[in-house]
Amino acid sequence: MSGAQAVRRARWRGNVGLIIAALVLGIIVLMAVAAPLIAPYDPYEQILDDRMLPPAFVDAERASPTHLLGTDNLGRDYLSRLIYGARISLLIGFFTMLVSGVIGTVLGVAAGFFGGRTDMVVSFLVTTRLSLPVVMVALAVVAVLGGSLQVVVLVLGLLLWDRFAVVMRSATMQVRGRDYVTAARAIGCSVPRILWSEVLPNVVSGLVVIASYEMAQAILLEAALSFLGLGVQPPLPSWGLMVSEAKEFMLFEPWMIMLPGAAICVLVLAINLLGDGIRDLTAPEGRR
Amino acid sequence: MLGFALRRLALALAVGLAVSAIAFLLLRVSGDLAATLAGEEATAAEIERIRGLYGLDRPVIVQYGEWLLRSLRGDLGRSLFYPESVAKLILDRLPNTATLATLGLAVALLLSIPLGVVAALFRNTWIDRLALAMAVLGQAMPSFWFALLLIFFFGITLGWLPVSGTDGLANFVLPALALGWFSTPVLMRLTRAGMVEVLAADYIRTAHAKGLPVRTVLVKHALRNAVAPVVALASVQFGNMLSGSVVIETVFALQGIGYLAWESISRRDFPVVQGILLVVALFYVVLTLVADLLNAWLDPRIRSS
Repeated sequence: MSGAQAVRRARWRGNVGLIIAALVLGIIVLMAVAAPLIAPYDPYEQILDDRMLPPAFVDAERASPTHLLGTDNLGRDYLSRLIYGARISLLIGFFTMLVSGVIGTVLGVAAGFFGGRTDMVVSFLVTTRLSLPVVMVALAVVAVLGGSLQVVVLVLGLLLWDRFAVVMRSATMQVRGRDYVTAARAIGCSVPRILWSEVLPNVVSGLVVIASYEMAQAILLEAALSFLGLGVQPPLPSWGLMVSEAKEFMLFEPWMIMLPGAAICVLVLAINLLGDGIRDLTAPEGRR
Repeated sequence: MLGFALRRLALALAVGLAVSAIAFLLLRVSGDLAATLAGEEATAAEIERIRGLYGLDRPVIVQYGEWLLRSLRGDLGRSLFYPESVAKLILDRLPNTATLATLGLAVALLLSIPLGVVAALFRNTWIDRLALAMAVLGQAMPSFWFALLLIFFFGITLGWLPVSGTDGLANFVLPALALGWFSTPVLMRLTRAGMVEVLAADYIRTAHAKGLPVRTVLVKHALRNAVAPVVALASVQFGNMLSGSVVIETVFALQGIGYLAWESISRRDFPVVQGILLVVALFYVVLTLVADLLNAWLDPRIRSS
């Protein structure tokens, strides 16, 4: 076994967080994909006789044996809504990250590679974007265009690309002067080809970490928008919307806000830890 | 320095124009202004008359120029809901947001700097890991949910603090805690990283070798140098907080500009939304301009880049 292998193995061993995070995230994704198979009830079905039943661990006497995590104020099964809610969070998180990742990477790589006037334009775009308050603009746009999943993804994607651009710009600037780029230029490769096959593969490792961070941000923002009533619309079981609907019953049924909030927390935590773990794994010097 | 300052100023001007154009367009795409002004029962002819009366039939660029000049003079138009002008609405609520932001920043610094220093001093021990775990958990919590937990625990269960409204300073305690909490993780990590780097520096070893008391070395030599990037980031965070935290202010019904923004968006009072967006964005532009110029003045290395 070589030294490098030993280091790699030690890093894996020290990275329990990464493994747990990957497991948790895997379970949530599986739940979301297989929601119709797992969920005990239809998440939209209102059983008006069974309204606001608490879970057994909150109040064993009032709890129903069939509604494991209770029901909401319209008698909808809470566990089923939580399971379907994972779909919304994951879909919005993933596609927002994709949209913002493409915009940010294109701008960042262009700015870093070409420099000069291109760099100035990109830095103007980044500064403009940073001057806009994200939540306020997102709320306003959703209010104008309506709160569908597509609109939320588009708005958040157009607002969250700045970090991608900044990081990709500096990564590209470091790569730009390397010998392999000069060599590719010398043998007459076209610029798109150099960007695609010399620059991009060498800056892509930084992408994973920002991607995980931005996905987590998008999930938190979607929850906040839905909580404020200008994100995903009822009766969709968005976790943020569930907290908002449960807010007025907080005094007597606090578990109703605890569960969806905790679900968001666990998902975001898993994504963040996964990103951190990958960063520690790939960073040459490891964690300081 | 002059060259850098001029370039930075030009950027700020361009960005200011861009955000003002976005604010202007937001109101335009929100619906037909003439129809809104005319009211629901207006006939098509009346709407057209109003369109001519307010000059809404002229080219968009002319309207934008006029609107920008008026805005710069402090006339941000009228609310569709309140009798007051948009400028007055914003000015009335600005002090509450400023109080909240100041308290929020204080909470964030009081939490993050000691935690970051302790984490750096006990690097890679359980103390460090605990601080890191808190930071990671803090970043994962949705802000509105954390705010609701504060309300539930301190407001309802313990009954210590008011949970809604803007009657006195006590109303600001929980919102400030919630707001500060979310700036804490990133500031703490930065403090820790700065301290770790500084503590390894030669001049710290020299200070220790001279026999200076540990406290003097830590506070006067180490922290003072480690904290510079923290101050820079904290000022950006403060700028964001001053922009009004829509989420936190709304959860606590605190009458700041963030809550005003949410209310106005919810009832489609877009002239107010436009005004807030313009003020907040321009404020951010000016703040970052000043911060960058100040940094360049303090650190000549920045000017050349």
